[in-house]
Amino acid sequence: MGIETIRPSRRAFLAGTGLVIGMTLVGRQAGADLLQGVPQDAGGQQAALNAFVRVAPDGTVTVLSKHLEMGQGPYTGLTTIVAEELDADWSQMRAAAAPADDDVYKNLAFGLQGTGGSTSIANSYEQLRKAGATAKAMLVAAAAKDWGVAAGEISVEKGRIRHQGSGKEAGFGDFAEKAAQMEPPAEVQLKDPKDFVLIGQDRHKLDTDEKTNGKAIFTLDVLADDMLIAMVAHSAHFGATVKSFDDSQARSIPGVVDVKQVPQGVAVYAENTFAALKGRAALRIEWDLSKAETRSSEQIYDDYRAAMKGDSFEATNRGDVDQALTTEGITSMDTEIVFPFLAHAPMEPLDAVLMQRDDGSIDCYNGSQFPGQDKAAIADVCGVDASKVRINVQLAGGSFGRRAQFGSPYMREAAAVFKASGMKRPVKHMWTREDDIRGGFYRPIYVHSIRGAVDKDGNIAGWDHTIVGQSIMNKDELDDTTVEGTADMPYAISNLRVVAHQPKLGVPVLWWRSVGHTHTAFAVETFIDRLLEQGGKDPVEGRLALLQDSPRHVGVLQKVAEIADWGAPLADGRQRGVAVHKSFDTYVAEIAEVSLGEGGLPRVHKVWCAVDCGVAVNPNIIHAQMEGGIGYGLGAILFDSIDLGDGGAVRQSNFNDYRSLRINEMPEVEVAIIQSSEAPTGVGEPGVPPIGPAVANAWRRLTGRPVQQLPLTSGLVA
Amino acid sequence: MVNFTLNGRETTFDGDPDTPLLWVIRDAERLTGTKYGCGIAQCGACTVHVDGMTARSCITPISALEGSSVTTIEAIDGPEAKAVQAAWSAIDVPQCGYCQSGQIMSAVSLLQFNPAPSDDDIDGAMVGNICRCATYKRIRQAIHDAAKTLEG
Repeated sequence: MGIETIRPSRRAFLAGTGLVIGMTLVGRQAGADLLQGVPQDAGGQQAALNAFVRVAPDGTVTVLSKHLEMGQGPYTGLTTIVAEELDADWSQMRAAAAPADDDVYKNLAFGLQGTGGSTSIANSYEQLRKAGATAKAMLVAAAAKDWGVAAGEISVEKGRIRHQGSGKEAGFGDFAEKAAQMEPPAEVQLKDPKDFVLIGQDRHKLDTDEKTNGKAIFTLDVLADDMLIAMVAHSAHFGATVKSFDDSQARSIPGVVDVKQVPQGVAVYAENTFAALKGRAALRIEWDLSKAETRSSEQIYDDYRAAMKGDSFEATNRGDVDQALTTEGITSMDTEIVFPFLAHAPMEPLDAVLMQRDDGSIDCYNGSQFPGQDKAAIADVCGVDASKVRINVQLAGGSFGRRAQFGSPYMREAAAVFKASGMKRPVKHMWTREDDIRGGFYRPIYVHSIRGAVDKDGNIAGWDHTIVGQSIMNKDELDDTTVEGTADMPYAISNLRVVAHQPKLGVPVLWWRSVGHTHTAFAVETFIDRLLEQGGKDPVEGRLALLQDSPRHVGVLQKVAEIADWGAPLADGRQRGVAVHKSFDTYVAEIAEVSLGEGGLPRVHKVWCAVDCGVAVNPNIIHAQMEGGIGYGLGAILFDSIDLGDGGAVRQSNFNDYRSLRINEMPEVEVAIIQSSEAPTGVGEPGVPPIGPAVANAWRRLTGRPVQQLPLTSGLVA
Repeated sequence: MVNFTLNGRETTFDGDPDTPLLWVIRDAERLTGTKYGCGIAQCGACTVHVDGMTARSCITPISALEGSSVTTIEAIDGPEAKAVQAAWSAIDVPQCGYCQSGQIMSAVSLLQFNPAPSDDDIDGAMVGNICRCATYKRIRQAIHDAAKTLEG
């Protein structure tokens, strides 16, 4: 996978005369009506050395990130990779969002531009190393030509280009424009990883300062002259449509400009946010529920239990499970584990700003995770050609999967609202927290049923695992995300069967930070813990014995046991649990220490974490993602559930009843990174899956009660 | 008509008196460092200082602020603010960053009233500020670091 993007035709298209690739950006910036929201570093006299690297006359190097910055750190990580091969000085490096282009900026793991699946570093690593090395070669070639020396005699270090023989020296800015006119070399030599200067060292994040002084611009902060604020009144039932509505009161509220029906509900347009909120609250809408999902979560759980008797998709079937589980002398064990719907609840609810230019083209400003999909959705809904839609990617206030939607249903709503407004004034469409919590696209409900057994020697004899849940990918065949982490569990179990049922449901679902692993890691790691206990085996030693074919699982498990001093005596009233899980090719093991806290609720004191993600591009960010993944996952397994009540309406509405972990509930976290020369893999999601089972395993030891219903606190009295 | 001081500047708001301060700051004054997160004082993303105390601007009607002095993240200043922002920056507290204005406003206020907070003090002062990225470990560390800086 090379940099296809610097083949001549592509490069010509991108680079034009060798100057700015974002000419249109500069043109728009000059336009009068956008006040705030053009990505920093978007304009200016910068020479494009390729699709990813631009150099300004002052020597500043801007790396265009094809990946959305939503807190997981790609701006810094991708820039580090380029800077390494460019031999730049870190202080000269900047990052900016790449424009929407499914070809030039495609995720090499997806085939289109998109951020997700913890792929940003993994898919970009070789590509951006080559981008950096190519840019360096072009700078060197330009210097060699100018100085009349051989390129091979020129060295580059910390952003300085030097020729020892002649004593000549220059910065990148001195040759930026000339370098952009050089033919990029067909092949470049990449560094030996042992010569890395920047990769592997802690590096400050490039976006920290603007996120500590209020200057960072998110989509909600995009301002345009004469901009309307729009909100849509949605039904509390999925699949409901508007039967009729009365907007007379809403229209009488000062500041409310218009009310329009859109496919998603009823849109209110106002001069300011408060008027939009008041206007929306004043609408009287009658909903048609004839096609709506009206079952409660409890009914769905029961229906899923019943579905287990029907036809299933077989994900794996090795050995002879039926025989293994009926052999004499075994001790068998059954469990059911019920997982509720989960909302992602990023701090910044979904939003977008849309505006139309005099030439009919449309600009969209949003924290876009799939910019190409968003572009196509806007083009389709607004009835313009996709070439006339520009996506200006903003920083996103979190996502956890929420902003990555094939077909862009959220953007279809925003675009429908814009279209219905007449597209004369810029429109900021925003969701409130209530829209976010009740807006669907949840982590699906899953019901697991597992039967297992240990033989008389305490070894695991067999494992029979059934999973019921909607297909996230909406497949009519087996969806890997239903079973990932289960069917491919790393344990040496001779008799293993995993089957899945994927019922259809009228509730839209989506991947949630770590996708299938959110439930499969929990099921596998809590059940194996029980089987090991039944077999009289230590949770760490017992796992290690079954992981001999998977050295990287072994590596993280041994490491976490070492840093936690597993087996050492614990304070009274405390217990520990362990879990190990691979997701997105990253291996993570965690140990949680838990006690019975106030009101009989679990109190998680400390979490130890070992992670193997191959080459550690920026340990600082890896630590941060493990810390954050643990906190995010912990909040969900302790507190969170989206429930459909009787009649199918969502019960929860905001952070008062959809709890987030708070600072007093955050455990101490200690992270160890395994040194590795394997290709780097992602860290945004893999910290999440082990925390639930690690805590549940400790909880079981503490209370004697296995966790069979999530969240863990359901049924407990606070 | 409400007259108040915003970041040291005399300001007048003549719209709906029920308008929450948050939307006056963001829509009318176009200061966007203060964020919307929940609208019901559950998350703290909208935290500002009103007459030197933290306030959740999303539930504070502008009509209650006649003659008050409001400070937002854009104008926060003084030794505590400098120490907090420097500490935040030094250990890269933010991830997505969306809640961090509110976190910083709460942390600065804590240190103004309690220059050497314990972990329990930090919990008490910061429990109303949600961070969905769960940067809490670093928030706690940064507050301790800032306290050390203030100690001199």
